[in-house]
Amino acid sequence: MVTGQASLKRNGVQDYVTTRATALIMTAFSLFMGWYFIATPDITYAIWNNLFSGLAMKVFTFVTLVSIMFHIRIGMWQVLTDYVKAPGLRAFIQFVINLTAFVYVVVGLFVLWGV
Amino acid sequence: MQLNLSVYRYNPDVDDAPRMQDYQLEVAEGQDMMVLDALIALKEKDPTLSFRRSCREGVCGSDGVNMNGKNGLACITPISALKGSKIVVRPLPGLPVVRDLVTDMTQFYTQYEKIKPFLINDDKQPPSREFLQSPEEREKLDGLYECILCACCSSSCPSFWWNPDKFIGPAGLLHAYRFLADSRDTATDERLNGLDDAFSVFRCHGIMNCVSVCPKGLNPTKAIGHIKSMLLKRAV
Ligand code: SF4
Ligand code: SF4
Ligand code: FES
Repeated sequence: MVTGQASLKRNGVQDYVTTRATALIMTAFSLFMGWYFIATPDITYAIWNNLFSGLAMKVFTFVTLVSIMFHIRIGMWQVLTDYVKAPGLRAFIQFVINLTAFVYVVVGLFVLWGV
Repeated sequence: MQLNLSVYRYNPDVDDAPRMQDYQLEVAEGQDMMVLDALIALKEKDPTLSFRRSCREGVCGSDGVNMNGKNGLACITPISALKGSKIVVRPLPGLPVVRDLVTDMTQFYTQYEKIKPFLINDDKQPPSREFLQSPEEREKLDGLYECILCACCSSSCPSFWWNPDKFIGPAGLLHAYRFLADSRDTATDERLNGLDDAFSVFRCHGIMNCVSVCPKGLNPTKAIGHIKSMLLKRAV
């Protein structure tokens, strides 16, 4: 699926499944963070640092970042093919968006690595 | 009682741009009528006003128009059902205008043709007399076969507005499922192959405008959901 999602030509069934699966992961992460902020009375740097030091949390965060990237890639492709009809301009905007999403993943990886 | 109407007028041969024209119609106090009756009365006063109609009873699907912002059949929409002090009638949105309320439906029919709207059976010669179905098999076609191709749904669907050349649209997809669900049709795989891309079916985002406007009370979104799961099941 990962190679499929990296390709240029889109596949309807695969995109449908991917957007829904990534949406679930993103929802789970948001709910978890929401719960964490409510359940933790006061969050110091040490507690915050400790949260991200476990491997499970690192994986969860990284998977969420990758999910966001795929979700953006597919969702924005759909929006752009609706509203931007000039192929050159659309390719350019799509490229900038995909690159930004990719940079988020890479930067996120470095941040997690450093914890 | 005076009825106030505002009707979209455009004759590409002589007009530079479309305009809205106001009309007043005298009707008996408390009298109700269909929007189509009002349009016919207006046409008697102003014969240049153009619109399509045929059966005038919600069967033929020719008089799909946009009334006070919502698509429907003029012949079965009573003026009493329209809110506001004025009745605003426009052509179906998204389709090219031929003249006034008459639209060019080519895009709509092209999508309909794509789904092969006819029974395909290559098993054997069809039986010489009736081609029987059990009552249960027949029941699966309810809510699908009633479509009159009025285009109210497809022309209210944003996905169809933006990609009328690639997205089949609710009406076409309802018919596609009508044949996918038919026990006598043997071309299921071939039909699904024709729909298996990023646009034909999957441009439907479940906005459900189609369901809210269908004058026959049909549910294209549900049929599209069935097609999506057939495509998904095939892929896993
Ligand atoms: S599904 Fe309903 S709105 Fe759409 S074309 Fe058929 S009858 Fe008209
Ligand atoms: S449910 Fe699908 S087909 Fe119906 S209006 Fe929405 S996007 Fe269009
Ligand atoms: S005139 Fe036939 S559906 Fe309205």
